[in-house]
Amino acid sequence: MPHLMKGQFMTDEKRLIQELEGKAAELRKHIVTMNCHAGSGHPGGSLSCVEMITYLFHREINFFAENFQDPDRDRFILSKGHSCLVLYAVLAQKGFFSTEEFKNFRHIDSRLQGHPDRLKTPGVEFNSGSLGQGFSFALGCALGGKRSHRSFRVYVLLGDGELDEGQVWEGMMFGAHHRLDNLAALVDYNKYQSDDLCSRVTALEPLVEKFKAFGWYVMEIDGHSFQEIGHAFDRAKKIKGQPSIILAHTIKGKGISFMENNPRWHGSLAPVGEDRIRALRECGL
Amino acid sequence: MKTMRETFGQALVDLARVRNDFVVLDADVAGGTGTHIFREAFPDRFIQCAIAEQNMMSVAAGLSTTGIIPVVTCYAVFASMRALEQARNSIAYPNFHVKIAASHLGLDVGPDGPTHQAIEDMAIYRSIPNFRIVAPADPFELKKALPVVLDTAGPVYLRTGRSPIPDIFDEQVDFELGRGKILREGRDATIIAVGVMVHRALDAADTLKAKEGLLCRVINMSTIKPIDRELIADSALKTGAVVTAEDHTIIGGLGGAVAETIADTIPVPLERVGIRDLFAESGDPADLAIKYGLDSEAVQKAVRKVLKRKKGA
Repeated sequence: MPHLMKGQFMTDEKRLIQELEGKAAELRKHIVTMNCHAGSGHPGGSLSCVEMITYLFHREINFFAENFQDPDRDRFILSKGHSCLVLYAVLAQKGFFSTEEFKNFRHIDSRLQGHPDRLKTPGVEFNSGSLGQGFSFALGCALGGKRSHRSFRVYVLLGDGELDEGQVWEGMMFGAHHRLDNLAALVDYNKYQSDDLCSRVTALEPLVEKFKAFGWYVMEIDGHSFQEIGHAFDRAKKIKGQPSIILAHTIKGKGISFMENNPRWHGSLAPVGEDRIRALRECGL
Repeated sequence: MKTMRETFGQALVDLARVRNDFVVLDADVAGGTGTHIFREAFPDRFIQCAIAEQNMMSVAAGLSTTGIIPVVTCYAVFASMRALEQARNSIAYPNFHVKIAASHLGLDVGPDGPTHQAIEDMAIYRSIPNFRIVAPADPFELKKALPVVLDTAGPVYLRTGRSPIPDIFDEQVDFELGRGKILREGRDATIIAVGVMVHRALDAADTLKAKEGLLCRVINMSTIKPIDRELIADSALKTGAVVTAEDHTIIGGLGGAVAETIADTIPVPLERVGIRDLFAESGDPADLAIKYGLDSEAVQKAVRKVLKRKKGA
């Protein structure tokens, strides 16, 4: 955890983690609420990356409703664009727009599209949704930052299923070749993709070795642990000459018992009837 | 005669000397597109993206958000098909200020054969919202078009070309995006041409005038999107018959755009010169043009044919 004096450590860290847990719990409420309003969307992969998104937006990046067009802002790109429930949730939490808009998600005339749209939604950097493209876009931002001598950092979140895309591996080579040490990629490794377990769709493993072989600085963490997320970001900032990638082990559907580790809740759907009541109750609504 | 690719490379260098707001992206085909000339002059502004066109397109989108104008260069086959979905979703949909400059157009590619002969790129890019398509007819026009392309907000697809093209214009030529230009006036029919077909259309018009006394209006349609609807409608009204000419499939490109426009405005007979829904073959570009009906003779034939269909003819 950053910015902590020795002595203070236990109490301050505890307080910080409690605060982040509160934000994360609220994000899960927002995700389930929006998902139920829309009757569709992708809850599983949104719930799995809640802790990473919470930490990023509340502790890590220099990105606020007041500066989101500042050329020096840090960038966050949600390459797994289908998980935009969590992005809209955190943008509302950060004051980019009102939670009132949640009821319009995926409906006509809404600013909250089924996949992110930078021209419609304040705070969205890129129109992701076609897998692999957000990652390359983020590499372009990082390269542009270096070329224009700006000190912003770029964070990009990929899905594990997204790693099936050839474009991701083109980008892996590009990022290492251009030594983009101002970029940190995160992989939401929740082990499930749209249809099934990733391992049954295609052999992704050994991922750590693959990322290393492609020239990236690799970290492997528990993607639900704020401590581990914070340490990984701190470490990434110290790595020079190569980009970093954080392979974050997570649970798909985390926080809603019947969604956990069940590919059915990838999307696009929302809980109905008994399931809806359970989902709302489990996230505290 | 200068080649279009050398002209493109040199034009980039000339522009880079007076403005520092753009970079050139390449996918390991600098020698083919002409950007090797730029690389030598401005190595720091040349970004090698390797044989990975899909990543290159989305990287360009990211770069464009940092105050840099990316000029993405590669062969048209890859720019319009291999990496098309990236051009659509990473560039067109978010409406980024990215320029795609594609060489190797149609049968002008010659001996490399059908894998490298892009005969569909205009049809493809025409169908994508936010993209504009610019296709200069000779080295002078290409040079004038380049800064306009860079200054036009949003995504632009620029067709550069490959082979030597006879000069049609001179240093005085001007380029206005969205405007076709009348190169010859005539009352019997209008020939609307693009790219390498413009000099062949001029030859066809001159021959028809000399040998048969036919007077053809000839238009250089160097913006394919947005197409110059006013000029097309005016030509249909005044000449009553239209021929289009493109080194591209007759489906959906210039011929398609003109057909749509005259159907919407002044319906008159139309003949389309171009590649007739087939894959061609390797060969010298001039020989291919004759075999596949892209030469001056083919344009003349189309004019005679359209005149037979013209009202009152």
